[in-house]
Amino acid sequence: MSKLIVPSSPHLHSGESVSRIMWTVILCLIPAGAAGVIIFGLSALWTIILAVVSAVLCEWLIQALTKRKISVLDGSAILTGLLLAYNLPAQVPFWIPIIGAIFSISIAKMAFGGLGQNIFNPALAGRVFLMASWPKYLTIFTKPFNYDAVTSATPLALLKEGKLVQHIPNWDLFLGIRGGCIGEVCIIALLAGALFLLIRGYISWHIPVSFIATAGLLTWAFGGKTFFSGDWIFHILSGGLILGAFFMATDYVTSPLTRKGHLVFGIGCGALTAVIRLWGGYPEGVSYAILIMNAATPLVDRYTKNRVYGTKIK
Amino acid sequence: MKNSFKELIKGLIHENPTFVLMLGLCPTLAVSISLINGLGMGVAATFVIIFSNILIAALKDVIPDKVRIPCYIVVIATFVTITELVMKAYFPPLNRALGIYVPLIVVNCIVLGRAEAFASKNKILNSLMDGIGMGIGFTMALLLISGIRELLGSGKLFGYNVFSNFEPMLIIAMPSGALLVIGLLLGFFNFLKGRKA
Repeated sequence: MSKLIVPSSPHLHSGESVSRIMWTVILCLIPAGAAGVIIFGLSALWTIILAVVSAVLCEWLIQALTKRKISVLDGSAILTGLLLAYNLPAQVPFWIPIIGAIFSISIAKMAFGGLGQNIFNPALAGRVFLMASWPKYLTIFTKPFNYDAVTSATPLALLKEGKLVQHIPNWDLFLGIRGGCIGEVCIIALLAGALFLLIRGYISWHIPVSFIATAGLLTWAFGGKTFFSGDWIFHILSGGLILGAFFMATDYVTSPLTRKGHLVFGIGCGALTAVIRLWGGYPEGVSYAILIMNAATPLVDRYTKNRVYGTKIK
Repeated sequence: MKNSFKELIKGLIHENPTFVLMLGLCPTLAVSISLINGLGMGVAATFVIIFSNILIAALKDVIPDKVRIPCYIVVIATFVTITELVMKAYFPPLNRALGIYVPLIVVNCIVLGRAEAFASKNKILNSLMDGIGMGIGFTMALLLISGIRELLGSGKLFGYNVFSNFEPMLIIAMPSGALLVIGLLLGFFNFLKGRKA
């Protein structure tokens, strides 16, 4: 950030700043978290608190040790911890969110140079790290409204194992009455937060819409026994698709810069998600899809540059 | 004598083949799952480096310059075959664990790199010392990486349980964990080097 190129005047200050955007996104995520706590009980709240606190402490510690500017209050570490917790089941052992948050902040974010330099979405990197390290804790989900240790599989896992006998009502999926991670289940709360972000212009519609539309189209086309008979509404409403499409794929740092790039990024995410869900080894593929497209972002940026005003149209 | 001693110790830390020269990363990534594997690979590679260095230093005047690489490969392959046969005869479990990576020592960059960069230009004694130093340096690096990976990835050291109640970090035992551990160690050593300078 040492070399800031300022174009010629006039300039207009919009009043926006990194921390203001981060705090707004955090506020928009709170309804989904609250719904998760209501559905899965207080253990969900503990998981969220542990992840957020350890993410903030870890970032503060690294910045203090390396004598960098302390910027934990800009909200980005809190957002990372929050998104990580939203991607975990409610009843994980207490050290899972702590280690995940430490990995997210220290390896996926600070080792690359801090906010604005990371290639991969830190929260998702932390989740995938936990998933690869302790898979048995990350695939046990609490049954909704059963606050004791009754577990249930996610609808997608049931589908993958061929055990999805009775149809789960779409309305239940929409309200979040199903097994799943803390922040991904309550679609209506997520959509309310996302709508606010869209209206404020903090995210554009390009990534979420192309992401969800591509995933829906592909699962509709190939998800059923014959072509074009897949249950696309089920696929859109289950798993982490809504959370991923609106809140994690749209991360400024790890997504392409232009609108055209956004569309390519969203379509890629959606296609990878559908491929992993339908033919892959895992029941859910949103986090892997976003991380793979994060890796492709520099390439997408390179081929979707905007035409510089005044230059020739090819 | 003082000169050849310098050739011996440079491979340990100053020109460590894994962490400074960045050679031989393929076997390092592949076999560093447990300390036993790391030690076996380190000793096997050390044997090959030492004897190929000696022989190539002795033959450097009769090897034609244009075909030197094939000649080096023949020399190295001879010693790798000896290693593999010995390992198969006396340490069959280790041989099974290391698998294809024992014959692949032939194309290990450290062995060929030392032959090309050092043994072909130096006397026999210095080449011997260089081989010993590089071999020990490689073994030390392997032991460090495989020790960390065995401890975190399966909670054991030399196959014995260390912790009574430990949830192994499975990712460290996977290839991605090897890349992570090597990357972090490399960053740590570069940090130390930068502080000294």
